[in-house]
Amino acid sequence: MTHLEDHLRAVRANGRKILVPYVTGGLSGWEDAVRAAAASGADAIEIGIPFSDPVMDGPVIQEASQRALDRGATPVTILQSVRHLDVGVPLVVMCYYNSVHHPGHERFASQLKEAGVSGAIIPDLPLEESGPWCEAADELGLATVMLAAPTAPDDRLPRICARARGFVYSVGLLGVTGERSALAGTATALARRLKAVTDVPVVVGVGVSNAEQAVEACRVADGVVQGASVVRRLLEEGPDSVGEYVSIVRRALDAG
Amino acid sequence: MSDPSDAGRFGEFGGRFVPETLVPACQELEAAFREAWGDPIFRGELDAVLREYAGRPSILTECRQLGEQLGIRLVLKREDLNHTGSHKINNVLGQTLLAKRMGKKRIVAETGAGQHGVASATAAALLGLECKVYMGAVDVERQALNVFRMKLLGAEVEAVHSGSRTLKDAVNEAMRDWVATVESTHYCLGSVMGPHPYPWMVREFHRVIGDEAREQMRERFGNDPDVVVACVGGGSNAIGIFSGFVDTNARLVGVEPAGGAAVGRGQPGVVHGMRSYLMQDEYGQVLEAHSVSAGLDYPGVGPEHSYLASIGRAEYPSVNDAEVIAAFQLLARTEGIIPALECAHALAWIVRAAPSLAGQTILMNLSGRGDKDVGQMMEILGS
Repeated sequence: MTHLEDHLRAVRANGRKILVPYVTGGLSGWEDAVRAAAASGADAIEIGIPFSDPVMDGPVIQEASQRALDRGATPVTILQSVRHLDVGVPLVVMCYYNSVHHPGHERFASQLKEAGVSGAIIPDLPLEESGPWCEAADELGLATVMLAAPTAPDDRLPRICARARGFVYSVGLLGVTGERSALAGTATALARRLKAVTDVPVVVGVGVSNAEQAVEACRVADGVVQGASVVRRLLEEGPDSVGEYVSIVRRALDAG
Repeated sequence: MSDPSDAGRFGEFGGRFVPETLVPACQELEAAFREAWGDPIFRGELDAVLREYAGRPSILTECRQLGEQLGIRLVLKREDLNHTGSHKINNVLGQTLLAKRMGKKRIVAETGAGQHGVASATAAALLGLECKVYMGAVDVERQALNVFRMKLLGAEVEAVHSGSRTLKDAVNEAMRDWVATVESTHYCLGSVMGPHPYPWMVREFHRVIGDEAREQMRERFGNDPDVVVACVGGGSNAIGIFSGFVDTNARLVGVEPAGGAAVGRGQPGVVHGMRSYLMQDEYGQVLEAHSVSAGLDYPGVGPEHSYLASIGRAEYPSVNDAEVIAAFQLLARTEGIIPALECAHALAWIVRAAPSLAGQTILMNLSGRGDKDVGQMMEILGS
């Protein structure tokens, strides 16, 4: 079992809900935001590697990716910084597949390993295409987090879960990342279907927009990802507001 | 041409690199297409609408003046004479009939020059489907007439302001729409690109170009052409005409714009659901394409073209904007045909290569008419 999964299973075993904030790497203040999130109760942190064509992302993370690229961020510069981020919780990169394909599977996996990253989420690499990357990641003990979507028929979910390491990313709605006024019904429905077929931690992301929605999702799921709500605060107000927001969600989850 | 592997591969190119949300939709589409394509009733329905609505078969025109001037026999496959003014209607009628058959109520489409958007809006009007077209803000500006045309046809047109604000970003936005609406919506992709089954399905819908041309060439000239030439952005008109000649001795030439030469200058990469040649930087960020023609401003290319290039069956030279603008005017003056700027790329290569083609028969796919480009050319050339 990977380091990430050991850690998250231990969190769950302690009766705590898993909180995974997402921060776009390369943004102004992003390293401080990661530190603030870790200090405010995150159990793992997703670091986004910005890509020119982020098809799974809505306006906030698109904007963040573009700003990071405009500041000259590259996978190499971000991973160099990650290497020095000693925040005490596992870090997972979220990147589009061309960022993996371009350097090559083995090379990218060893870059992650050297930077101290625990795993990767690749939203445009579905199960059928994931073989070569997973092999390279498994070899180095990196967790490949698989995504499951509300559109998946029942027989697909166990196959996705069997390949998932670290956690299963349960996509909360039909759509791209971004804040919504209410948690979609699909969020808990899919988390419930996943919980029925796997004991890998089930974490809901996409469209979980505030503490209240996080609590609602966690009535079924083992945890939540907080993406656009975190990135918007970093873009608008800076790293301190990320810390404040993560502690609010933490407290809400702990209070249940 | 052969069908892709079960994993949607042409050699090492193609595949299905899409968000998990879209995987079942792609699988469903593949199954529905496979079933429909083998069903004589569907084929008959499509043939009828291609004949009675789109105006097929399209004719061949020999360019006697220009041929003589260049020292070659130059024959055009006149896809510009189809309803809506380009080859795009072949694919769109196929996909919208399929979408209806699958019970979808709405289509989304991306467009560059607006030809695919207009064709999609047209087919949606004909078949009673709701239609939304995504178009880069830069292209909305330079193709204002086609934007108005789409609106006249009842489609909603959304300008895309992200990234390079051209075709690549319109594809991103159409995919984002599809991720959110996949249950009711069919993504009517406009080229031989994207995730499996699109590159294969769109090729099958366009192979009518090559099948007709082969028969027409043999009937009229008694021979296959020596060279078959078409412009390549995503590559749908090229793959359509190549389909009729890939098993002949004809040389196949796909002409890319110098500022968007995916095969010529790219490396294998993955974007928009497929592994193919792609213009990208040293970290795999997709580069912006630039050319005078909105329809070819695309940094990738359909995976089957990458495959044909990799096995040496087709070649992919590029031409620059100045050559294209000259070719555009040349065809107008010598033959009385105003070509789309996209097709002027194919002609520009023929003009450049003519000295080495002396006496040969060249078949060029004139995939669209140039009416949409007249305003832009007026600005470039001055009135």
